[in-house]
Amino acid sequence: MKALKYLLVKEYKQMFRNYLLPIIFVLLPVAMMNMVPRIATQEVKNLNMAVIDCDHSSLSSRLTHKLASSEYFNLYATCDNYEQAYDLLERGDIDFIITINDDFEKELYRTGDTRIHIDANAVNGMKGGLGCNYLTQIVMQYAQELNAEAGLSTKRPATIEPRYLYNSSLDYKPYMAPALISMMLTLLVGFLPALNVVSEKERGTIEQINVTPIGRIEFILSKMIPYWSVGLFIVGFSMILAWKIHGIVPAGSIWLVFLFNIVYILTISSLALTVSNYSENMRQAAMVMFFFIIIFILTSGLISPLSAMPHWAQEATRINPVRYIATAMRDIYLKGSTFSQLISQFIPLCIYSIISSIWAIASYQKKE
Amino acid sequence: MTDKIVIKAEGLTKQFGKFIATNHISFEVHEGEIFGFLGANGAGKTTAMRMLCGLSHPSDGRASVAGYDIATQAEEVKRHIGYMSQKFSLYDDLTVEENFTLFGGIYGISRQKAKEKTTSLLTELGFESERKTMVRSLPLGWKQKLAFSLAIFHNPHIVFLDEPTGGVDPVTRRQFWELIYRAADRGITVFVTTHYMDEAEYCDRVSIMVDGKIEALDTPANLKRQFGGASMYDVFYALARTAKRVD
Repeated sequence: MKALKYLLVKEYKQMFRNYLLPIIFVLLPVAMMNMVPRIATQEVKNLNMAVIDCDHSSLSSRLTHKLASSEYFNLYATCDNYEQAYDLLERGDIDFIITINDDFEKELYRTGDTRIHIDANAVNGMKGGLGCNYLTQIVMQYAQELNAEAGLSTKRPATIEPRYLYNSSLDYKPYMAPALISMMLTLLVGFLPALNVVSEKERGTIEQINVTPIGRIEFILSKMIPYWSVGLFIVGFSMILAWKIHGIVPAGSIWLVFLFNIVYILTISSLALTVSNYSENMRQAAMVMFFFIIIFILTSGLISPLSAMPHWAQEATRINPVRYIATAMRDIYLKGSTFSQLISQFIPLCIYSIISSIWAIASYQKKE
Repeated sequence: MTDKIVIKAEGLTKQFGKFIATNHISFEVHEGEIFGFLGANGAGKTTAMRMLCGLSHPSDGRASVAGYDIATQAEEVKRHIGYMSQKFSLYDDLTVEENFTLFGGIYGISRQKAKEKTTSLLTELGFESERKTMVRSLPLGWKQKLAFSLAIFHNPHIVFLDEPTGGVDPVTRRQFWELIYRAADRGITVFVTTHYMDEAEYCDRVSIMVDGKIEALDTPANLKRQFGGASMYDVFYALARTAKRVD
């Protein structure tokens, strides 16, 4: 193991002489932590709508005004007919058409019941669905207001008063920030070691290493340890950024965050090295790693919740290591989960890390 | 040069699918000898050399290097050999000194000792001023001389050189061969492949491979007599044109 020291000196020197890498190690967390929690939000805002007010009554214009003043909607245009509005929808200027019938006020006074039509662009299903919900809420509110003014005892349906646990303001940032840390680790520690070993293959320097009596474990360790330290730096640095920029701190133990990430870093770096051991050149290694990382991230629950996936897909994500770290990070950050509560995430991650590190060492052959 | 045999190959074979790159070759190399391993492109030289260095598994036959079996004791073989591959293989983003320290360290030479050795080596080469130069900024001839010095830095029994002077100018080639002679004088056995026939004349003994087989093996003088040629070029040409393999 004496040679390991010399190999590590070499790896660190090469890493820091590559002028781009150290910059990326700092810049990536800064950029990601600043931007992504702000922009990657599932909230639906600034929805453009057009209103076709066929009634032109005082009640209908009050409704139009009410819709336009909502924080979710912009009144893009008031149209005279459906064709005009549909044209706007087709052009992508608006996503919602609200049609108020010409007997809106009359019906309301006569029967206390009236109709409003909503056309929603559901290309983005989430946007369409949520938008409709918001519109419904606004119209319901308006109806109640009118009832109250008329002095009618409003037959209010049972009101639901939800209490949101763990993220009481339903803010998207505390949900995204911890997951972002896992995503960055996956990107950096998943890609760089894979490219590193293959670049030695391409340059031919690996042959010079293979012809020496260096042990396989020593060699693999010399390739992994630098990226472990980079990974831990990313975790620590990103946690500080999340705290300073968004005020997001883990509700649970910081040590637990590190424990999980150490195991995860071991897993993903071993996978990267395994891929590089089987790859002949950079292109192969990059494409294979890209393939895995994209699938891992998309099926990890980082972006779309696991519970929304079909059952078979949920089962399939059990072989995805990112799933465990993403779940654990969110639970520690938001719920303040303890180690014993997260054991069901920890054990699979450990098994994964053991298998992948053994595989990484076994697949590195000094001899062909 | 002594009578002690340091490389012994018996029916050494490497087969890739149906293609037999190296076809049952047998030869012996003596301690301190400069052994020229010649052959046209694709004759199987590099494949044979990679097997002897423990980089490639033989498909058939066996060989021992420095007393160790290449198939079963490859890591022991590696402790006692140096290797300079066809591809330039110093780290070009490390300095000259850092390369020496690294490879010294791999063979168990302490940092201090490596430093001293590097100093005497660079002084001998007249290269002391480039100690802290990044390898990538050196000219090819110098890189090759350094790569050779690195291959024998840990005093191996045998050094394998795979076309060490490819692309190098005649003056530097001459200097390179002086380094090889100096190493041989220190008792290091030199196993070298080359395409330069003047270099073949410098070898103690030469083997010529054609289509994966060794077709001739003797001293340059004897080979010239045997094939009735004036130079090694004639000998090589007489043998290599019988080759059926095309690159």
